[in-house]
Amino acid sequence: MSAQTIENTEAASGRSGDETPVLEVRDLHVTFRGLGGNADVNAVRGVSYSVHRGEVLGIVGESGSGKSVSSMAAMGLLPDHAVITGSVKLHGEELLGLDDREMATRRGKVISMVFQDPLSGLTPVYTVGDQLAEAVLVHNPGAGKAQARERAVRLLDLVGIPNPEGRYRSFPHEFSGGMRQRVMIAMAMANDPDVIICDEPTTALDVTIQAQILDLLRTAREETGAAIVMITHDLGVVAGFVDRMLVMYAGRPVEMGTVDEIYYGSRMPYTMGLLGAVPRMDLERQGALVPIKGTPPSLSALPPGCPFAPRCPIVRPECSLAEPDLLPVGEQPSEAQIRAAREAGAPAEAAGVSDTGVQRVACIRSGEIADNAWTAQDIYPIPEIPEVPAAKTRREDRPEMLRVESLIKHHALTKGAVFKRRVGTVYAVDGIDFDIREGETLALVGESGCGKSTTLMEIMGLEKPQGGSVSVMGRDTSGLGGADRFALRRDMQIVFQDPMSSLDPRMPVFDIIAEPLRTHRRPAAETTARVYELLDLVGLNTEHATRYPAEFSGGQRQRIGIARALALEPRLLVLDEPVSALDVSIQAGVVNLLEELQARLGLSYLFVAHDLSVVRHIADRVAVMYLGKIVEIGDTDAVYTRPAHPYTQALLSAIPIPDPEKERARTHIVLDGDLPSPANPPSGCRFRTRCQKFITLSEPEQERCMSIEPALEATNGGDQAAACHFAERQTVL
Amino acid sequence: MSTTETSTEAAKAPAVPPAPNRVKTIVRQLLGTPRVIIGLALLALLAVFAFTGPLMTGWEVGERDFTALLDEPSPEHWMGTNKTGQDVFTQATAGLQKSLLIGLLVALLSTGIAALVGAFAGYFGSITDRALMWIADLALVLPSFVILAILSKHFGDGGWFVLVILLAAFSWMVTSKMIRGMTISLREREYIHAARFMGVPSHKIILRHILPNMSSLLIADATIAVSTAIIGETSLSYFGFGVQPPDISLGVVIADGSKFANSSWWIFAFPTLLLVILVLAVNMIGDGLRDALDPQSKSRRS
Repeated sequence: MSAQTIENTEAASGRSGDETPVLEVRDLHVTFRGLGGNADVNAVRGVSYSVHRGEVLGIVGESGSGKSVSSMAAMGLLPDHAVITGSVKLHGEELLGLDDREMATRRGKVISMVFQDPLSGLTPVYTVGDQLAEAVLVHNPGAGKAQARERAVRLLDLVGIPNPEGRYRSFPHEFSGGMRQRVMIAMAMANDPDVIICDEPTTALDVTIQAQILDLLRTAREETGAAIVMITHDLGVVAGFVDRMLVMYAGRPVEMGTVDEIYYGSRMPYTMGLLGAVPRMDLERQGALVPIKGTPPSLSALPPGCPFAPRCPIVRPECSLAEPDLLPVGEQPSEAQIRAAREAGAPAEAAGVSDTGVQRVACIRSGEIADNAWTAQDIYPIPEIPEVPAAKTRREDRPEMLRVESLIKHHALTKGAVFKRRVGTVYAVDGIDFDIREGETLALVGESGCGKSTTLMEIMGLEKPQGGSVSVMGRDTSGLGGADRFALRRDMQIVFQDPMSSLDPRMPVFDIIAEPLRTHRRPAAETTARVYELLDLVGLNTEHATRYPAEFSGGQRQRIGIARALALEPRLLVLDEPVSALDVSIQAGVVNLLEELQARLGLSYLFVAHDLSVVRHIADRVAVMYLGKIVEIGDTDAVYTRPAHPYTQALLSAIPIPDPEKERARTHIVLDGDLPSPANPPSGCRFRTRCQKFITLSEPEQERCMSIEPALEATNGGDQAAACHFAERQTVL
Repeated sequence: MSTTETSTEAAKAPAVPPAPNRVKTIVRQLLGTPRVIIGLALLALLAVFAFTGPLMTGWEVGERDFTALLDEPSPEHWMGTNKTGQDVFTQATAGLQKSLLIGLLVALLSTGIAALVGAFAGYFGSITDRALMWIADLALVLPSFVILAILSKHFGDGGWFVLVILLAAFSWMVTSKMIRGMTISLREREYIHAARFMGVPSHKIILRHILPNMSSLLIADATIAVSTAIIGETSLSYFGFGVQPPDISLGVVIADGSKFANSSWWIFAFPTLLLVILVLAVNMIGDGLRDALDPQSKSRRS
C-alpha cells in the first residue's frame, strides 16, 4: 500500500519534478562486522534522503545515532571492513561500489566535507595557504601554481581571514580554532562543490565563534549554490539554518519533514521528547524539562520492534512486534494490522523508502498524536519540582554561603630552564566579586579561556588567594588552619564536567561515594547506610554499588558524581559544567535532578557553564565573565531580557534558539575575531577590540574606552550591574 | 519519590550486603582465576623443589664427580654434569634457593621504590620533584657495578639480604621516571581534584587513586624485574662479589652453562628452564592481579 501512496504524494508535492536531486541516498545500511564473537554493530539501518541545489538538510540525533556514519558512507570514507548496502547517487550517478581512485576525483570537487574537529583537520607541517592551494590543484592539475595560490588567497579572504596575503604563509598552529574551521570551510568550497557535508562544524567552538561560522556557511551556500547536509545534535543550530530535517535514532530515521513541521508538529515521541528536553533561553518560566528515561539502545543488541519503545512513554505492546516504517502521518498500519501481520508470519514488507518531501514519521501512533495534537508535556510524565523554601525570604536576609572579593589569580610566564625569568603574566582571573546566598544559584558564564574554571579552582582550594579574599559560610579562607579547612570542606563540594574522568575507574561505585564519608571519619555503619540513601536520592539502584564507573552511561556517571558531592551534606555545591558533556535527553534528567535536590535539601549552587540556555533554566543570578573580569552580573531574568553590556548582548544574540520562526526573525550580533590572549589584554576596557558598540562611538568616547577600565556599576537601580562606560539595557531575544 | 524509597528499603534488608569490601573482592577474584592458582602453585612447587632438590640426589652441593666430566643426563646424574663434574641438578636446585628470594624481593623492592618516588615526585612537583629526580639521576650516573662490588665486600658472607637491597637500590630509576610522567598527567584528572577537595590527604590520594591506576605498568615492571635481578646478580657473582661460594645461585649456574649451550646443552637448558618457569609463574600471578585491579580488562567482562 505504501509504495502507491508515496508515488501519489511525490506527484502531489511536485517539488522535485524536473530537477534530479544533487545527492540522493536510498535505503543506506552500514554494518561493522563484530570481531572475535562480538555481535555486529548495525550503525545505520535504512537511511534515505535527497538534497536539491541550494537546499540545507539537517540530520539530527544524539551521539551514537549513526548520523556521522551515514554521511561518511556517502563520502566513501568508511574503512573497508564496514559493509555498506543501499544506494548513494550524486547527480544520478551511483557512488557506492566506486573504487577509491574514482571516488577521489569526486571528493572535494563535487562533494566535500567539513569536519567537527578543526584542530586535527589541517596538517601541522604545511602552511595553511599551501594546503588550500593543494585542494585547488588536485582537481585542476592544469591550473598552475600561481593560479592556485591566487585562488587560495581569494578563498581565505572569502571566509573572512584578515590579511589573507600574509596569513597564506601561516601554519595551522598559529590559527585559533575558529579560524582553522574557516580554513576547513574554504577548503570545502575550493572547487565549487555541489554538496557540502558539515559534520558538527560548530560543536567544538564557542558561541560567538559558532555564530561567525554559521554566517560563513550561509555565505558559502550563496556563493557556491551548493546543497548542504548539516549534521548536528544542537537543535538550536538546526532551527535557523536548515530547510528540512531528518531525526535519527539508533541508526534509523524516525522522523523527517520541514523544520517548521517538526518543531511545531512533531508526531514522533522521540522528537517530541528531544524538543521538550532542550532548555530554552527565550522562555521566562519553562518549568521542568522533559526527561526521556533510559539510554539509547546498543547498536549491536537492538530491542525487537521500535528501538525507542523501551524509553517511550506511550508505548503499546504492538510497538515491539515490528519496527515501524517511515510513513506519512496517519498512514501507519493499525495495531490490529500489525498483530495480523505478525501472526501471518510474513516479513514486514520493505516500503518504498525514498525521500518524498512530505513529513514522515516512524511511529505507529503518529496518527493518534496528530489527531489529539499532543505535545511533549502531554505524553511525558513531567516531574514536579517544588519551590526552594529559602526563596520566600528576601535575598538580603538570607545567610551568605560564599563571598568572593576582588579575587586575583595570575600565572607567571617564564623562560629558561635553570634560571627562570618572568617574561609575562597571564591574567587568568583579575579581580572578580560576587556572593551567593542560601538556596540560590549563581551561574558564572563565559567563553573558554575567560577564567571561570580558574575561579572555581581558587575557591575550592580554600587557600589564601594571590589577591582579594574568599569567604565560605562567612569564614575567610586566608586565616584558616589545616583542621578548620578540613572541616569547611564538608560544607562545599564540587561536581565536575567530564563524567569520564571525574570518577576513579578502578573504584567500585560504593567506594567512590563512600570516600568523602570515610575521609571525614564517619562510622562504617553510618557510611554504608548513607551510600545507599544517596544512590536512591540520585535515582540509581542499590545493585549499582558494586559496579565500576565504566559500566555506566554518561548521565548515570554524572549522577554518581552528584551523589559523591552530596555525601557530606554540603550546603554549597559547585557545579563545573555538569551537563555540557551529556546528550540533550540525558541532560534534561540531570538538570531536573539538580533543581529537585536544591529544593529538597536547600542547597546553594555555583554553576559554571558556557551554555546560556541551561543557565537561564537553572540559575537565579548570572555573572558574565570576559578575560578574567565580570562584565555583567544580575538577576537572570533581568540580564536575559535587558542585557546592558555589549558582550552580554552579543553572547545572547549569538545563541540559536530552537524555534524556527523566532530564529529566522532574529538578527544576530556577530562579533569580530577571537578572544584576545589573557597574557596581553587590551588597555582600558578589555572587550573594546571586539565590541560592536565601540565602532559606533565618537572619538572622545572611544578614547575613554581605550584608557579607562570601566567598573561594575548598577544599571537598573537593582541587582543588575555592568562594566561598560556606555551601558544601555537592550532587548536582544 | 516515597514509593521508590519504600521499595528499596524493603529490598535492602535481605539482599544487599552491608558494604562491598574492595580488598575482599579483589582477593576472591584473584583466587577465582585459574591462571593465578597455577602461578601460585608453580611458585610453591619451585620453593619446595629448591629445598628438597639437593637432598634427593646423592650428590652434595659443589661436590665433584671426577669420573663424569661434562656427562650427558644419566640415572647417576639426572641432568648431567658440568665440566668440573658437578651435578647440574643439585647445583641448579640449590641455586634456586637464593635466586628465588633475590629475584622476588628485588622486584618487589625496586618496583615499590620506583612507584613511591615517581608518584611523590610527580604529584607534589616543584622542590620535592627536583630533589627526588636529582637522586634518581645521581643513581643513574653512579657506576652502580663498582659500588655494588665495593660494598658487597664489606658485608662478607651471609650478606645476601644486603645484596638484595643494593640490587634494588640501583634498579628503580628508569621506572620511577616513567611513573613520574604518568603521575603528572593523572594529577590533573578530575577525580584527583575531587579527592583533594573532599579533604583526602596527599599521601592517601597517591596510594588510593594514583598508584592503582598505574597498576598495569607496575605489575609488568615487577615481572620483568624478577628475571633482571636474577641475571643481574650473576654478573656480580661472576666477579666474585655477589653470592659467594660455597653458596650458589641460579644465575651463576646459568652463566656457567651458557658457554656450553651449543656443545653440552644440558648444562644450560635445565637451569634456564627453572628460570623460565619462575618468570612464567610470576607473570601469571601478575596478569591475574592486573585483571583483578582493572575493571576494564577483557577477562572481567566475561
